[in-house]
Amino acid sequence: MEKILKELKPGEQGVVKRVGGDGAVKRRLFDMGVTPGAPVKMRKVAPLGDPIEVTLRGYELTLRKAEAENVTVVISE
Amino acid sequence: MLKLALAGNPNCGKTTLFNALTGSTAYVGNWPGVTVEKREGKYKKLGETVDIVDLPGIYSLSPYSPEEVVSRNFLLDEKPDVIINIIDATNLERNLYLTTQILETDIPVVIALNMMDEVERMGDKVDAQLLSRKLNVPVVEISALKGKNIHELMKAAKAAAGSKREAYTVLEKSELAPIAEKAAKLLSESDISDPLFHAVKLIEGDELEVKAHKEAAKEVAELKEGHTSELFGDDFEAFVADARYRYITEELSCAVTKAERKEKLTRSDKIDKVLTSRIWGIPIFIAMMFLIFHVTFAEDFLYLNALYGVQVQGWEQWWEPGSYVIDGGIPSPGVLLQSCLVWCTDSLSALAASGLANAPAWVSSLICDGVLAGVFSVLSFLPQIALLFLFLSILEDSGYMARVAFIMDRIFRKFGLSGKSFLPLLMGFGCSVPAIMASRTLEHDQERRMTIYMTPWFSCTAKMPIYTAIAAAVFVGNDDLVVFGMYLLGIVCAILGALLLRNTLFRGQTAPFIMELPAYHLPQAKSLFIHLWDKVKKYVIRAATIIAASTIVIWFVSNFNWSYHMVDSIEDSIVHDLGSVISWVFYPLGFAIGEYGWVFVVAALTGLIAKEEVVSTMTVLGIAIGALGAEAGETTAIEALFTVSGITTPAVIAFMAFNLLAIPCFAAVGAARAELGKGRSFKGALLWWTASAYIVSMMIYLIGSFWWTAFIFAVIIAAAVTLIVLWNKGKLKLPGKKQKKA
Repeated sequence: MEKILKELKPGEQGVVKRVGGDGAVKRRLFDMGVTPGAPVKMRKVAPLGDPIEVTLRGYELTLRKAEAENVTVVISE
Repeated sequence: MLKLALAGNPNCGKTTLFNALTGSTAYVGNWPGVTVEKREGKYKKLGETVDIVDLPGIYSLSPYSPEEVVSRNFLLDEKPDVIINIIDATNLERNLYLTTQILETDIPVVIALNMMDEVERMGDKVDAQLLSRKLNVPVVEISALKGKNIHELMKAAKAAAGSKREAYTVLEKSELAPIAEKAAKLLSESDISDPLFHAVKLIEGDELEVKAHKEAAKEVAELKEGHTSELFGDDFEAFVADARYRYITEELSCAVTKAERKEKLTRSDKIDKVLTSRIWGIPIFIAMMFLIFHVTFAEDFLYLNALYGVQVQGWEQWWEPGSYVIDGGIPSPGVLLQSCLVWCTDSLSALAASGLANAPAWVSSLICDGVLAGVFSVLSFLPQIALLFLFLSILEDSGYMARVAFIMDRIFRKFGLSGKSFLPLLMGFGCSVPAIMASRTLEHDQERRMTIYMTPWFSCTAKMPIYTAIAAAVFVGNDDLVVFGMYLLGIVCAILGALLLRNTLFRGQTAPFIMELPAYHLPQAKSLFIHLWDKVKKYVIRAATIIAASTIVIWFVSNFNWSYHMVDSIEDSIVHDLGSVISWVFYPLGFAIGEYGWVFVVAALTGLIAKEEVVSTMTVLGIAIGALGAEAGETTAIEALFTVSGITTPAVIAFMAFNLLAIPCFAAVGAARAELGKGRSFKGALLWWTASAYIVSMMIYLIGSFWWTAFIFAVIIAAAVTLIVLWNKGKLKLPGKKQKKA
């Protein structure tokens, strides 16, 4: 099942399928390891509801929901 | 001399390693043209001295942030003999991403596998030999924290220097290999060094490279023409990034063996659960901030006196005179340290005064009332400044600062900022200069500008003495409330100011916010104290140079008249005339009114040289005035000044607010100019600070003195807000209408 990264519930895992967005945002996502094929796990949402924190390639990454919008994730049932 | 460069991700222990290697030889400067910090030092235990340059912490050599560009230019143009690539062994995958880019240069590389003790503690294994074989470079396991194996690392680096290393790219096995090869050949034919690095960047379509190598870029573009991959289409940047990570997971991940985890959560996870909790995250943050301020500034520590009547008798004989300790309660560590220092400097002043008893009047006046009084009053705040810095560094080094950005981002985004700009803004509480410099880490130009505009309002430690000195003189017993109130006022103004700018001049997109949340670490005493020592040194040097010099100038203009004769009464002095001439400008702010109003005007103006000046000016002028008034004697010079001048409470607050919001010190203005350029945004910043300081102080004074003026201001503000909202809405409606017609 395909989902947008920001829609994942805390604890839910998936694999990155596509990364969109414009130049700098996309490059930054790539550099931080958000590339197709990378397993990613939603960890939590910030106290005020945004940004989100995910576990990826063995570390914690935080990004806003607006940026997580660019990342499509495949969730295996 | 051998030149080594340290390169690695942020939070990989690079600074710790640098400190361990270079010790006291470290020198902090700036990279030319930009204000990214450049640290250099020497390693002396190899028989010959080795130069070490610490590159800024980066994740990639992309062209999007100044840190990355600086590192890249250094590696390519200055050609270090060896690159030491530090890798956090607990987080191999992402750390090796930068390594794959570094390996594309021709420079010899040695990998320092850091935090191996942490890996062992968790029961994991990392096969350094396997990594070394795969990457074809020496790999040394180290622990920068414990200084383990770092001499071996330097020996390996020395051995690698001068050796030839063949550049390697992960594209070698991909379908893009022929393009990379052709481009590299082309570049090396035109005598460009590190051809493979440039070739891969050209394939990525890197802006800087395309500009620098126009010919080759054209060729590469032709080669790329018509090449589309199944997964990425014609997005070559995505292709290369993917190839790097693919190489790491497929070829290098076998070097790591993870142990079975008994517990699901690591210690860092457990801490994080509490500190960023939905319910407790924000209260804990606010409590922590309050505690830091309380420990640094409170005169009644833990409110023991107010709550339980805990008192300590017999302080008086120790701390009088000139102390800021009130009778009764136990002072906080910050106040206690300050009192000790004040006691020392007072003793020195007394010694100097008795030693100079037989000297000419002007000599003893110059030294005692001028230089010593001014410099010592500035120095007396050193303990509190140092404490505040210490706390901020602990928050930074422990990894909590990044969480603060995570917690606060939602709030900051509304003002066109991100949680990331919270870091520089928070540093503003320490000193505006490094804070403004730290705004470099913000990639987005608009966010950077707004952050710089707001930074000075996060009241720096040099402004703090203004509040404490005034509070001690006027608001006895409420010192910590007054200080906290002024800090709060600064934050509120920053929020309102950001909102105003966001809706008028700085409209448009918000900056991206994609950052690592490093694992929590216990801050390391050594690096904390290196950092602290650096700040303390700079503060003392400033006190001894620029502040001492300007104190002499102020002493001169306040003790001499226009014909250079020493005067008995300050009302005949040069400064009196100067202050009187311009003080009418400040009448609406209240503090300029009255016989001694000019003193406050002069004090605020000298604050432009350095904010510490405000206190020393008031002290120097206060002594002169105290000699006039009958109030002198037991009280401090500043106390005497406030009693004699008869300044009203609203005017005192307006005075503090003006100092808080007005143009910061010359040093901060210099930093802002370096960041903003000489153009409109820099001039705009100066105008912004001046106008806001004037308006806010005026409102405080007028509303405080004549409550009904609040209604006038309310009407003006409401009208302005309505206008801005209407204007913005009108702007939004217009294109909508056109679309409908079309």
